[in-house]
Amino acid sequence: MAGLATALGSGAMTNTIAEIETSACIMAIGTSTTEAHPIIGYRVKRAVRNGAKLIVANPQEVPLTQFADLHLPLKPGSDVALLMGMARVIIEESLHDQQYIEQRTENFEAFKQSLEAYTPEFVSDMTGLDWNLVVEAARMYAENGPASILYCMGITQHSHGTDNVLAISNLALITGNLGRVSGGVNPLRGQNNVQGACDMGSLPNVFTGYQQVANDEARSKFEMAWGATLSGKPGLTHTEIFDAAYKGDVKAIYLIGENPVLTEANAAHAIEAMDRVEFFIVQDIFLNETAQKADVVLPAASFAEKNGTFVNTERRVQRVRKVVEPVGEAKPDWWITSAIANEMGADGFAYNSAADIFAEITSVTPSYAGISYQRLEEEGSVQWPCPAPDHPGTPILHAEKFATPSGKGKLMPIEYRPSEECCDFDFPLILTTERNLFQFHSTMTRYSEGLDELSGGEYIMINPQDAEKMGISEGDMVEVSSRRGKLQVKARITRRCQPGVASLSFHFAECPTNLLTSAALDPVAKTPETKVCAIKIEKA
Amino acid sequence: MSELVTLTIDGVEIKAEPGTSVLRAALENGIYIPHLCDHPDVSSVGICRVCIIEIEGRRPTVSCKTPVEEGMVVTTSNEELEKTRKINLELLVLNHDYNCQSCAKNSQCKLQELTRYIGLDEERIKAMREPELPHEIDDSNPYYLRDLNKCVLCGICVRTCEEIQGDGCIDFAFRGIKTKISVLGDKPIAESTCVTCGECVTRCPVGALVPRREMEPTYEVETICPFCGCGCAIAVGARGGKLVSSRAVPGSPASGGTLCVKGRFGLSFVNSPERLTKPLIRKDGELVEASWEEAISYVAQKLGQYKGDQFAAIASAKCTTEDNYVMQKFTRAVMETNNIDHCARL
Ligand code: SF4
Ligand code: SF4
Ligand code: SF4
Ligand code: SF4
Repeated sequence: MAGLATALGSGAMTNTIAEIETSACIMAIGTSTTEAHPIIGYRVKRAVRNGAKLIVANPQEVPLTQFADLHLPLKPGSDVALLMGMARVIIEESLHDQQYIEQRTENFEAFKQSLEAYTPEFVSDMTGLDWNLVVEAARMYAENGPASILYCMGITQHSHGTDNVLAISNLALITGNLGRVSGGVNPLRGQNNVQGACDMGSLPNVFTGYQQVANDEARSKFEMAWGATLSGKPGLTHTEIFDAAYKGDVKAIYLIGENPVLTEANAAHAIEAMDRVEFFIVQDIFLNETAQKADVVLPAASFAEKNGTFVNTERRVQRVRKVVEPVGEAKPDWWITSAIANEMGADGFAYNSAADIFAEITSVTPSYAGISYQRLEEEGSVQWPCPAPDHPGTPILHAEKFATPSGKGKLMPIEYRPSEECCDFDFPLILTTERNLFQFHSTMTRYSEGLDELSGGEYIMINPQDAEKMGISEGDMVEVSSRRGKLQVKARITRRCQPGVASLSFHFAECPTNLLTSAALDPVAKTPETKVCAIKIEKA
Repeated sequence: MSELVTLTIDGVEIKAEPGTSVLRAALENGIYIPHLCDHPDVSSVGICRVCIIEIEGRRPTVSCKTPVEEGMVVTTSNEELEKTRKINLELLVLNHDYNCQSCAKNSQCKLQELTRYIGLDEERIKAMREPELPHEIDDSNPYYLRDLNKCVLCGICVRTCEEIQGDGCIDFAFRGIKTKISVLGDKPIAESTCVTCGECVTRCPVGALVPRREMEPTYEVETICPFCGCGCAIAVGARGGKLVSSRAVPGSPASGGTLCVKGRFGLSFVNSPERLTKPLIRKDGELVEASWEEAISYVAQKLGQYKGDQFAAIASAKCTTEDNYVMQKFTRAVMETNNIDHCARL
């Protein structure tokens, strides 16, 4: 979430989930909320029942579209053009919040200038949308406050995902929607504890609470706390790790609870990288496809077999409690990692419980300093930042000032960069990947009886026009190929996809979608571009 | 808070928020008025008509649709009311498939509660009954059964799907004696737009909608759903060391007391016989079982050779905050590198 951090000083949902229900306008961009975040989907639909306006910007006719006042079926990867186009309309028609811009933001003039490139012709060309639709969306968003923007994978999963996020925060800033109840910019995070993993510094450039490893002060604080000498050089990102392993620079990998054979963009490359690694440890609850490649497999306890906390997409720290004993000899992940550290003679890993660890977290993490297991027991949950025990937590970010050095929200000029992967004669269709309500990014749902049955298996969705051109009918087996790989899957013909776009989900080992997708990286956030990939489809 | 309204029900003076229905005001004050189609989570519609009352100076009316008023004098029971109520109840249960002993709802059933309070003339009903049960059981959904022979047409499921989940997948269909709850085209539920959130199942007052794979738990523990970033609080039930049920924790700040199919029905992966139960070490190309001592000492000895930037860790957004903290501390403090990331970027 590098984009949001640049402009606003934080990369989390600015407002709470419950507030969505009282927004006057909701713009859902790049998210199929009802499928990826169902209960947020319920709230959006209830907001609409209460009279809120709903704008759905999505290449696909996602289920939420049927509740929308406006559907913007933009071309995949053209979000920045749409968002900057909307900003242009808002300023041209003086729908912006002048007072807010003056008091709470900076860089307005430079930003305004960068909008000149986004002419109606240019925006229509890039997005494939009628300019009138863009104008209508801009008015709807700006005239109905408080307005909330929801976005997720669809928007960050591009080689220019960071720009997308900046363009979103620009829109919210010029309309005064940040720091306001039921407004905000709200990235909906995918997995249950993405927020917690980021907060804890499971990232190459930061310690807990986003304290930079390159910052000498932060580093010496952690050196003191941990009694160790620490490197100030930011590490490799997820995709870079596999690249380095492929090249032989990374020789040992310790991987927990992931299944990159299935989920990694450009999976063939990642699989080869895993094969080349000299020592590969996988710690998981199942012997999944990735674990089968490991040198050592360590059995982990599931969420129901251990204590701890998860942090949800609205920065809410909540207690995970042990329900049953772990199966067999499975152990909590923290226990296993600590046991290895202890065996290697390290100090500072003599934890007896998750509570011990949480106490240490709060001692080194200012934004968690006021949270404790006891408080979570009494209050149910606390939203960070919570700097002191008597601090109530923070439901709405940026209420008084932004977490940037100047305290102001920075408006960011953005130059348009088209997607790296383009269609051509050989690969005429754009493939996007997406998730299905009943499946979830990984192995867990596959082992839950019944969910497979409901999901109807893996399929590729194709627009009827394209299907007719290619002579494909509902239920046909087709071969899908990209510049990187190919696979076979069943076809489903649906208007949910616009002509020229096809969509696959990535859940089943039997059909590894990500063999096909591109690993072009966003230069700042280093998110692989799994959302845009050129393909062709032929009858198998 | 606005000023409370004072009213009298069966001679007892109570206070209630303006806008509250007489029914809910009475129930909140410990006064029972029989009712079936009213549910606190959804709007009131007054279709079962068993909650009828008399208000001084007015004709009998349903208490769920009557807002409290200052000085109102309410009677919940007299001969006339009891008689009407009994007829209304009899109409509802005319073709009800009574087999309480084997019904999943036994002892938590609203219809039993009503029958106990109002009483039924069994002989009379038997005489009017159709010889065959009119509906087949719909078992097309893997997680819940629909047995419309037990449906009392309260419409709570219809309003739940409309007002809480938001899709409105089900509705009343047909007329008169043939009225039933149905999906578009009267198909099995699995062929409808139903997303199996189970919200209607938890609110159905009788045994018409029942979960299929659940068992009564020995105990429940409140925790957080392991699937998506919404962070819905769930009360997970266990029995014999296995997870057997899951329900929404009322008032959970993220979910507001609702769940989706995954948090409600998708937890059985924990019980899967395919779970890893022992450490495995690759020997001669095969992964073979090992003890923890052996595995930990092997890993520690190997990792000792890879300190610095030749090591990388991939943590997990599925694991707890504590697990992640320990993993990054290990990577940085013990393995001496910042090569750590997880799947969040995706
Ligand atoms: S629904 Fe109620 S009354 Fe009907 S059989 Fe079940 S428990 Fe008995
Ligand atoms: S299925 Fe249950 S909730 Fe729905 S109308 Fe029938 S009895 Fe009421
Ligand atoms: S399970 Fe959910 S979606 Fe399906 S009918 Fe019931 S409330 Fe509607
Ligand atoms: S119940 Fe559904 S919406 Fe709630 S956290 Fe779980 S997966 Fe997400």
